[in-house]
Amino acid sequence: MFEKYDPAENKIFRIIDNEGVIINKEEKAGLSPEKIVESYKQMLFARTADFMAVSYQRQGRMFTFPPNYGQEAISQALALVWRKDDWFVPAFRELGAWLAKGASMKDVFMYFMGYEEGTVFRNAENMMPISVPIGSQLLHAAGIGYAVNYKKEDKVVFTVVGDGGTSTGDFHEALNFAAVWNAPVVFVIQNNQFAISVPLKKQTKSINLAIKSKAYGIPGILVDGNDLFAMYLAVKNSADYARCGNGPVLIEALTYRKGAHTTSDDPTKYRTKDEEEHWDKTDPLIRLKKYIEKNKLWDTSEEEKLIEEYKKEIDRQFTEAENQPPYPLEDVFKYMYAEMPDELKQQMAEHQKFLNWKEARK
Amino acid sequence: MKVMNMVQAINDALDIKMGEDNSIVVYGEDVGVEGGVFRVTENLQKKYGEARCFDTPLAESAIMGTAVGMCAAGLRPVIEIQFCGFMYPAMNQLISHATRLHNRTRGRYKVPMVIRLPYGGGINALELHSESMEAVYGHIPGLKVVIPSTPYDAKGLLISAIESDDLILFMEPKRIYRAIKQEVPEEKFSIPLGKAKVLSEGTDVTVVAFGAMIREVQKAMVMAKQAGISVELIDLRSVYPIDKETIAKSVKKTGRVITVAEGPVSFGIGAEITALVNEHSFLSLEAPPKRVQGFDVIVPLPKGEHHYMISPEKIFYEIERTVNY
Repeated sequence: MFEKYDPAENKIFRIIDNEGVIINKEEKAGLSPEKIVESYKQMLFARTADFMAVSYQRQGRMFTFPPNYGQEAISQALALVWRKDDWFVPAFRELGAWLAKGASMKDVFMYFMGYEEGTVFRNAENMMPISVPIGSQLLHAAGIGYAVNYKKEDKVVFTVVGDGGTSTGDFHEALNFAAVWNAPVVFVIQNNQFAISVPLKKQTKSINLAIKSKAYGIPGILVDGNDLFAMYLAVKNSADYARCGNGPVLIEALTYRKGAHTTSDDPTKYRTKDEEEHWDKTDPLIRLKKYIEKNKLWDTSEEEKLIEEYKKEIDRQFTEAENQPPYPLEDVFKYMYAEMPDELKQQMAEHQKFLNWKEARK
Repeated sequence: MKVMNMVQAINDALDIKMGEDNSIVVYGEDVGVEGGVFRVTENLQKKYGEARCFDTPLAESAIMGTAVGMCAAGLRPVIEIQFCGFMYPAMNQLISHATRLHNRTRGRYKVPMVIRLPYGGGINALELHSESMEAVYGHIPGLKVVIPSTPYDAKGLLISAIESDDLILFMEPKRIYRAIKQEVPEEKFSIPLGKAKVLSEGTDVTVVAFGAMIREVQKAMVMAKQAGISVELIDLRSVYPIDKETIAKSVKKTGRVITVAEGPVSFGIGAEITALVNEHSFLSLEAPPKRVQGFDVIVPLPKGEHHYMISPEKIFYEIERTVNY
């Protein structure tokens, strides 16, 4: 597959078109109808949760949130491929992938309400926390990949980065280290066309981002990231390649961030309506829905009822997240070191004395 | 007991720990085949294989960042950043991730990493090879900063650092890598982190120092003794956490304190010790706390470096002034 879709020729690997029609008959995703419908439902859940998160933020009940609207197929492709004990090293815009790895919406809400607890992802096996500094998480994936090889484990490390992240030094260093170490890492670039307001053409002069794989001597592939079938196949082939001891792979997933960078951002300042409408036609959920309808895999009239159920469940988890006990002072100090040094114990005790004084004055 | 210099003592500590624990990996630039530019990791690759002691591509951010991932996946990396001045590309990974992973995940992922960092001046080196930036590191929450001054301490402290589940910056005073030899037990022993050591007891003035400056203070103490001044010398051994009790106890006795450190004076270790002494021993003071430190300048290249480096005479000069205040 990697030879056939050479990023040097700027070929985009795609299976269905915007109307949900299979246009590439040479590659078969091989997903069962149940898996396809289930995938659509997962993507729908992620999108519903995403909309609700933005709405909670607008109501002042949550802080800054980075919407994932429009990029759901990439998360779902990862979810279809990884095994429970494979590693996932996230950035901060892949809601569906976090959920698929075992995080709950309550976790996600808690994190964006301001609790560290929300990014521990206790129920997600082998998932790293959300990483804010752009590109930096890729090195953790390379290091985990080294450890997987060192311990002779049968695991693959999946990691994601945005198009802006490919300009960082850590992107280069991570691909280079992973390649030299033959580490089983699948690097996925979520090329959503913008790094906040800066378009891709101001990030790179390369014809695409997947071609950067050539410099590291590893396979790369440019994929329609809004085409679940193509994304699934690309991730699957990459994971198989890495799992067999061949080393890392670089996937560029073409997508579009339909929402704002975060709830603090206003994309009308840097995007045109025409551009948005163009990308609307490629929407991963709409395309998959058309495919499902054409092939009569599921009665999509049930969708609205489903969304109502999802909303109820999401709101239930939001309420749980909202009703946390007050953040204890101890939690500020407790996790700085494996064992709290006397210095921190003293600082905490001193501050507690002040709090007691303040309480007594009331 | 075997006579060792600091390079041999550190190598011995690494050897002992690697022999005990398969999860320890040692890596960095030139640490494998060559055994490190200072030969600190000599023979470790031969003995433990390339998977456990290896050369990386030349990229400090990646050395630090991949170690964060290795910690999450259950390894205990001991990484070498070849020179203090090469640390800066790795600062993002250090501050944004290595020091934060444990707190960020509420203890789910530990960071049992040791960063070995040769530091300090006085060796006629190239630019960016002579700095003492321990105060910068002491200021970073989530990091512990350890600095030995003898081969014995280097071995015992490094063993503790490797056994600790916390992230430790182990700063090695390269000026005295081979300058001091002493008897060091061949078997495993450890020295607790965060505890200073009173090297000489005295009554007139407390001098707090660490790393390569200990030897310079000891030379100054010979002059002080001839002048009839009794100096109490404390080797800090750990910049963070700092051993407040040992310093306070000493200053209560002597009533005077001088900090000797190579790093720039402003916002430095001396400033911290002065603040601690003011907070905890204020009424015992008979003279203002004094800082004998580097200037707030870039360390000059070798021909000008003697202006920067702290000499025993300068230390004695300040000891005498403080005692006669």
